[in-house]
Amino acid sequence: MPAISIQQVHKHYKQLHALKGINFDIPEGSFFGLLGPNGAGKSTLISIMAGLVKASSGSIRIQGHDVRKQWRQARQAMGVVPQELVYDPFFTIKELFRLQSGYFGLGRENEVWLDELLEILSLTDKANTNMSALSGGMKRRVLIGQALVHKPSVVILDEPTAGVDLELRKMLWEFATQLHDKGHTIVLTTHYLEEAESLCDRIAILNHGEVVALDDKHALLARYPYRLLCLSLEKPVSIPSQLQDKVQSFEDNQLVLRLHREHDTVNDVLESLRSAQINFVDLHTQEPGLEEVFMSLTHKKTNS
Amino acid sequence: MNLYGLYTLFSKEMWRFLKVSTQTLLAPIVTVLLYLLVFSSVLSGNIEVYDGVSYASFLIPGLIMMSITQNAFANSSSSLIQSKMMGNIIFMLLAPLSSLEFFIAFVGAAIMRGLFVGIGVWLASIFFVQLPVYNFGIILGFAILGSAMLGTTGIIVALWAEKWDHIAGFTNFVIVPASFLSGVFYSIYSLPSFWQHVSYFNPFFYIIDGFRYGFLGVSDANIMTSFAVSLSFFIVISVLCLWLLEIGYKVRE
Repeated sequence: MPAISIQQVHKHYKQLHALKGINFDIPEGSFFGLLGPNGAGKSTLISIMAGLVKASSGSIRIQGHDVRKQWRQARQAMGVVPQELVYDPFFTIKELFRLQSGYFGLGRENEVWLDELLEILSLTDKANTNMSALSGGMKRRVLIGQALVHKPSVVILDEPTAGVDLELRKMLWEFATQLHDKGHTIVLTTHYLEEAESLCDRIAILNHGEVVALDDKHALLARYPYRLLCLSLEKPVSIPSQLQDKVQSFEDNQLVLRLHREHDTVNDVLESLRSAQINFVDLHTQEPGLEEVFMSLTHKKTNS
Repeated sequence: MNLYGLYTLFSKEMWRFLKVSTQTLLAPIVTVLLYLLVFSSVLSGNIEVYDGVSYASFLIPGLIMMSITQNAFANSSSSLIQSKMMGNIIFMLLAPLSSLEFFIAFVGAAIMRGLFVGIGVWLASIFFVQLPVYNFGIILGFAILGSAMLGTTGIIVALWAEKWDHIAGFTNFVIVPASFLSGVFYSIYSLPSFWQHVSYFNPFFYIIDGFRYGFLGVSDANIMTSFAVSLSFFIVISVLCLWLLEIGYKVRE
């Protein structure tokens, strides 16, 4: 059984068709990346999973529980870390953890886990500090803790690292990886593609409310038919016309050419450079990252 | 039913107003005492609304009920609009809490705040006049009904409201006028016929009149009528409130 099953989900906001029949499964135990440009429909889809927004049609099941018909079981199975830094200014961290745990029907028997969570998230020292007195990074960690008070098997992280400093981002990555290692299914939406590339094992890319790619990360990366040839040139030159269409960037004598895996060979390129009497001091090839795949898929759709 | 979840949400709502009790309990008690001081000193001896009942004895039950209802409304409406504005309503929406559980927790806390303020005003009023108690059950019943009615109204208004201004507008243009024009300060029989008839459409009138009957044993309307109208009004707005919560009006789009 998949951890999350999304079937033909449509969402209309008046004139806007925000989700156009989304249909995919998120396997149990996967670290799943949900990517897409702004306005692609990621947050809408996450909100429908979490029961915060109602789908116009279609259904979503969390661990086999329909989010509309079996909402109690679905919500018990899922922890959501919201995108915005929201908090209740009346309470301390410990009080908020207790309250959130209580909403899920858990009382004193959950105290040990709540203390453990505080420890894992490095919040023990601040446990009795009021939320309004915390830094942004700490508030972000509290949000993560609140999502985990009931030990959900599926954890949804909606852009958890947006606007956080490098140190906290690293800590969040490690924490998410630990959760995944313990068997949780993680769904991550992010704008940082290197984040998805290093953490996720399976990825869906949304664009204009449609799934434009859904695959294992490696298969998705292999789908991109280009690789990059990076050259450090001796001096500024004009690029020969037969290579012009392959230039990805050319700055400070650093030339990056995008070569098609089947149609272009490194040898042909070097030959063209030699003929034009262009010398280089260093060269290396680079495999494409998720960013190239992402740009290619989302732009193709936008342009078509 | 998620009883522990309901209990937790109720506790949270209680905790919320107790943490700022100067603003939520003490301030309204002082405000009402100022009304009492001014009106009972100025008008005492000049007005006798019911035979053998001093004006202060007539006024105090009305003031207590006015403070109960206004505070019950303030409690549920301010808590909910704040959660909506701050975005922390999401924690309740993500939890396995039903509309009914949410409703009971919010209205329950509104009743408790209403009762706390009401008891505070009553205790403080002892310094002004010793109120008779005709029937304590009626007093408590109407206090609970009145605060439940306004606690429910508070949820509905906060669901509809998109900013604090909307709550303030409803408080100042509906709640305060309706409670002032409901016989807190006078018997509706002292009003011109037209306004007397208007008062019969004001649910606050029945709540205050029935509550006052619990103290004095006399009232403008029949006690059973007051009870039936108040209860019916509460049931109607509760059904409306539960329906709005169930469809996620302005919170689960």
